[in-house]
Amino acid sequence: MWAEPSAGYMHRGYEKLTEVRTFPQVTSLINRIDWLGSFANEVPFILAAEKLMDIEAPPRAQHIRTILFELSRIANVGLFLGDLGVQMGAVTPVFMAFRDREYVLNLIEGATGGRFHPNFDRIGGLKDDLPKGWIDETKQVMKKLRRFCDEIDDLLFGNEIFQSRMRGVGVIPSDIALQYGLSGANLRASGVEWDLRRDQSLPMAWDKVDWKVWTHPDGDSWARCWVRLQEVRESTKIVDQLLDTIPAGPVMAKVPRIIKVPEGEAWVSTENPLGEMGYYVVSKGDLGPFRVKIRSASFNNMSIAPWVLKGVYVPDIITILASLYFILGDIDR
Amino acid sequence: MQRSQSWSVVVPLSDTDLEASASPDELRDGIVAALTSDLGDGVVDSHVVSGDDVWVRVTAESWVAAGQALHRRGFTYFCFLSAIDWMPSPYGRGEDDPSADDDGDDTVDEMRPGYTGGDTRFQLLARVVDPQRHVGVTLKADVPEAADGSLAMPTWVPVYAGANWHERETAEMFGIAFIGHPDPRKMYLPGDFEGHPLRKDFPLLARMVKPWPGIVDVEPMPEKDEAAEGGAADDNATGETDGGATS
Repeated sequence: MWAEPSAGYMHRGYEKLTEVRTFPQVTSLINRIDWLGSFANEVPFILAAEKLMDIEAPPRAQHIRTILFELSRIANVGLFLGDLGVQMGAVTPVFMAFRDREYVLNLIEGATGGRFHPNFDRIGGLKDDLPKGWIDETKQVMKKLRRFCDEIDDLLFGNEIFQSRMRGVGVIPSDIALQYGLSGANLRASGVEWDLRRDQSLPMAWDKVDWKVWTHPDGDSWARCWVRLQEVRESTKIVDQLLDTIPAGPVMAKVPRIIKVPEGEAWVSTENPLGEMGYYVVSKGDLGPFRVKIRSASFNNMSIAPWVLKGVYVPDIITILASLYFILGDIDR
Repeated sequence: MQRSQSWSVVVPLSDTDLEASASPDELRDGIVAALTSDLGDGVVDSHVVSGDDVWVRVTAESWVAAGQALHRRGFTYFCFLSAIDWMPSPYGRGEDDPSADDDGDDTVDEMRPGYTGGDTRFQLLARVVDPQRHVGVTLKADVPEAADGSLAMPTWVPVYAGANWHERETAEMFGIAFIGHPDPRKMYLPGDFEGHPLRKDFPLLARMVKPWPGIVDVEPMPEKDEAAEGGAADDNATGETDGGATS
């Protein structure tokens, strides 16, 4: 058995398009890279631009950014957990996933106005403050999502067929995972304890709450899915804690109306739902970037496919690809 | 966990940023020193932003050796590999008004390389990370141009297997051949595609035929709205605000 993914059918050329956009316009493009966790795509680019401009969002904006970031993760990975069943012929979980993702999308829509493409993050802060009643509603939804995780845990992860199709299948050792640049849950499922939310200094609020980085030593399909399940649970806890501690103040720093980013180069990456998402931004002091290299997680996560699919049984391809979890727009950009 | 101070304490638009450059960064300076001891003259230049990031430029000849040295020193995580075309675009920025293209000077047209300098139009760019110490290095290398204008660099695939797809992408987007690459097909583009889209002299045709209304996008808001918005963005508006809107 041998397999080779063929990319490019969705290539939209965002790296070229950024060269003819102003900095604030870029977020509406990069929203569409990983379309299930759109807000999370905006954050590293905005942080890179802020780094070049040497400004920082006010604490309240950092806090709300982190909440929306984690909500993107819940919406994204929550759908993954339901979709996992479909890959193996179990249809029920995906309905549950779509049902409960709707609550999260409603929250994102309530705060940002956009369900899939919020375009809410701004250089220097956020477009708006949270609407009234949003915090209480979010807390209710987080409870629902935790119940959803328990349901999926019982229904899928406790299922004998699911286990026998997943355990020991598609094993990726940690050194191979690192070499291919696997990131996110895929890397942590190979036993590498590394989470960009914890292990770097970003002007975000993850360091202000108590949470755990989940890893699994096995590196197989099971481990990758299991780590994601735990991460959704952990995300709901992060959101709960952040909701209780939102600081008062403005959501926007003082920035000029026409944003010119000083000359320089900056790299910022964050732990997105799919893995490490980063932007290498080169500015020449213009209204728009000179060059933006978009490092998306799925591109690296899928580049291991020829290696991991070598010699496996055909039915295992389904579970391996599902557990690697890629989004087409995140491969092709 | 190491907390940097250089970036996290800055107040909005502060102009007192002296502490950032004052504190030395032993970790990142150590990386540069280690790489210099491994490669000798292979290291051309380096740039350390204390507590934040480090750039190292190596010669084209030591590109592979630099990857091997970093891999040996614990930088086992391959982040990305790409390239930069430092030539300013001959087509402007698309949102510029095509009828007002002569702004009197040609200073924009000179090639200015970024951190760690550079002598060639194209530079390779790669980032690898040490997952134990949670520190990354951005490597750069000038891509020498052969007499016939072709560009070629040695491949990183034997060192970092993940470079495979990244080099395929870089090859088709910038026209840089990777010598020794196991699978030098195009990544995204059709096999018979001509040109290299991320080169600056590759026109973005959609913009050529219909200018982007970007100048309208950055027009100031009406006076009434500005007053109502209450100073979130107004107070700090600088002189270039108006210039940018009307140019």
